[in-house]
Amino acid sequence: MSNKPEKKEVETTGHSWDGIEEFNNPLPRWWLWTFYACIFWGVLYTIAYPAWPLLSGATPGVLGYSTRGQVAAEIAAVDEANAGINEQLASADLTQISANPELQSYATNAGAAVFRTWCAQCHGSGAAGAKGYPNLLDDDWLWGGSIEDIHATIAHGIRNETDADARFSQMPAFGTDELLEKEQIAQVVNYVMSLSGEAQNPEMIAEGAVVYEENCAACHADDGTGDRTQGAPNLTDAIWLYGGDYDTLVTTVSQARYGVMPNWNARLSDAEVAAVATYVHGLGGGE
Amino acid sequence: MPLFFIWSDSVSSTEPQQGEQLYAAREPVFPRRVNGKFRNLKWIIMIVTLGIYYLTPWIRWDRGPNLPDQAVLVDLANRRFFFFFIEIWPHEFYFIAGLLIMAGLGLFLFTSALGRVWCGYTCPQTVWTDLFILVERWIEGDRNARLRLHRQKKMDLRKARLRLTKWLAWLLIAVATGGAWVFYFTDAPTLMVDLFFFRAHPVAYTTIGVLTATTFVFGGFMREQICIYACPWPRIQAAMMDEDTLTVAYRDWRGEPRGKHRKAEGAEQLGDCIDCMACVNVCPQGIDIRNGQQMECITCALCIDACDDMMAKIGKPRGLIDYLALSDEPNERAGQPPKAIWKHVFRPRVILYTTLWSLVGFGLLFALFIRQDIDMTVAPVRNPTFVVLSDGAVRNTYDVRLRNKHGEDRGFVVHVSPEDKFELKLEGYDGNITDVPADATKLQRVYVIAPAGSEEAKAERVDIDIWVEDPVATERVSKSSIFNGKAN
Repeated sequence: MSNKPEKKEVETTGHSWDGIEEFNNPLPRWWLWTFYACIFWGVLYTIAYPAWPLLSGATPGVLGYSTRGQVAAEIAAVDEANAGINEQLASADLTQISANPELQSYATNAGAAVFRTWCAQCHGSGAAGAKGYPNLLDDDWLWGGSIEDIHATIAHGIRNETDADARFSQMPAFGTDELLEKEQIAQVVNYVMSLSGEAQNPEMIAEGAVVYEENCAACHADDGTGDRTQGAPNLTDAIWLYGGDYDTLVTTVSQARYGVMPNWNARLSDAEVAAVATYVHGLGGGE
Repeated sequence: MPLFFIWSDSVSSTEPQQGEQLYAAREPVFPRRVNGKFRNLKWIIMIVTLGIYYLTPWIRWDRGPNLPDQAVLVDLANRRFFFFFIEIWPHEFYFIAGLLIMAGLGLFLFTSALGRVWCGYTCPQTVWTDLFILVERWIEGDRNARLRLHRQKKMDLRKARLRLTKWLAWLLIAVATGGAWVFYFTDAPTLMVDLFFFRAHPVAYTTIGVLTATTFVFGGFMREQICIYACPWPRIQAAMMDEDTLTVAYRDWRGEPRGKHRKAEGAEQLGDCIDCMACVNVCPQGIDIRNGQQMECITCALCIDACDDMMAKIGKPRGLIDYLALSDEPNERAGQPPKAIWKHVFRPRVILYTTLWSLVGFGLLFALFIRQDIDMTVAPVRNPTFVVLSDGAVRNTYDVRLRNKHGEDRGFVVHVSPEDKFELKLEGYDGNITDVPADATKLQRVYVIAPAGSEEAKAERVDIDIWVEDPVATERVSKSSIFNGKAN
């Protein structure tokens, strides 16, 4: 290994500190040429890609590259890759989706993404809803919990005037419109609370039953179990959309409620609506 | 390393001079053929190690219908590692970590006992360089012929033919080496066909290309420079060795003063070394072992074979160059016999390394045999913490991941305990049996329901266990979790 070293004179810079001299070794050639190549590359780069700042924006670069364009291209690529399965989903018989594990898995995952983007604002990221916004996890449905019903609700909305297919119903404001006396409202609230086992004044209940029979049974049914074709809630269960305490129920009966949901077929594709219906149906309450 | 500053007053005739060339050109090495017991051992090790490397991907191992039948397979796409009867999933990566720790401790063990025995016999760089030198010798002849060819400046037809043949042979070995590597990562016979019809994945070709290039350059041209400049092990080994480590050394007290003229006057004063340069000529690292231990030496022991051969020819006892420990030197100089080899090997340090190595090994074996074929994790869904159902019951949701490590689909039965307090439902199933596909992980949503008005429904939290049972394998595993009631 030991090569006799060849002696070559190296100049010093002439600087000397405390007797320490500095060699004037030139940069290695490869290093120097790499450096020049980097400069050259840098110039080409600023021509090819967006680089020089201008008053608004920057020079576009001859390759026309932009990060926005790249994102758009990536989204387009994903859409194209999913085009087949989206087509399949859009045209699928909703009740048969669960028979196809691949489609089911795709629909559930795609639906979860759509839900978080468009639905979570009202129904919550965990789909547990909020006061006035139904909890989608439980087994109580205002307009039906089959996947077709859920799909119809999502696609056309509820009490939504922009879609002719949207389902409508309106509860009368018994107090505001003076359809019932305050006393009668108190009686009917007592009766309604008794339906779900909340013990109340027996006399009021008896009176309330009569008021209920005359004013409420048409929609909420004689036994109080509601009517899904009209979106009339079941009054006998443990679930209350706006709250099940006395004061809230008085407010509900007096002023009525009018929950609105938009039609998502205007904003989402058929496949996305089917996907989010599949997702919601699979949250634990689907029928 | 560039030297920018020097102490000007320390410059003397023995110190590096100003303007000294700091670059040392490689001196080409032309190892001569040698025969002997260490050479034979190295041939055997070469055949065995290369055989393992090239043939392992082709061993088949039946695992049932849904699993690959390759005995050793690193299935990166599906995140599985198959090794004969063992299947490692990503969450069991500690087995690989354990094996790496064992490899490390093993290296310490062998180095403290036998010096750089790894470097000399089994390091891929050594094995492939040995193979490349063997090919070189077949094509261009032994040391002297190769030296002549090297010194011949003019590139005539013969030299061109020999060089091209050699490079082609090297290239074929290199392609086979790079090619064998990719077979460990996918089904070997399928990939072989795909490679030939140019329809394999580009990654396969790139990998083969890179490994072909490195094998060709490292084995053909870099050789000992890899050991000296690129590999950190020569630097580390000094800390691993001590005076009892057996390593290749020259008995200078027996060999010196060296001299050729055995029959000349004053020959009686000469040592056993006849300065025949056999040990230097066979050395693949291009060093002279008689200069003592040096970083370049990989202890391949070929100089021992070369010297023993020469000693036999001149009627002297073998072992002028031999495996010996530094601690024997004073004894031998004083004319006493060296310590027995086992006394060198069985010393506290080696025993400690062996113990640690065995402990890790037994630990891994133990872990391997107590592994369960079903595996589960339970993640309670806490958004929301609980759901009230229309009848007033309280429901909690759990995301249960179930791993089926069998080669066939299995129906896993899910239970919750305390069983009489809760009702259990599975998303997508009517009963409590979920189908988990073969060799896969399944995410199953599990609902645990406390009836309306029950203590559990009213409670803040209740401890529960979720059980999963494989009726076919009669295995059961459980995970603890928490049920949130209305008071939560």
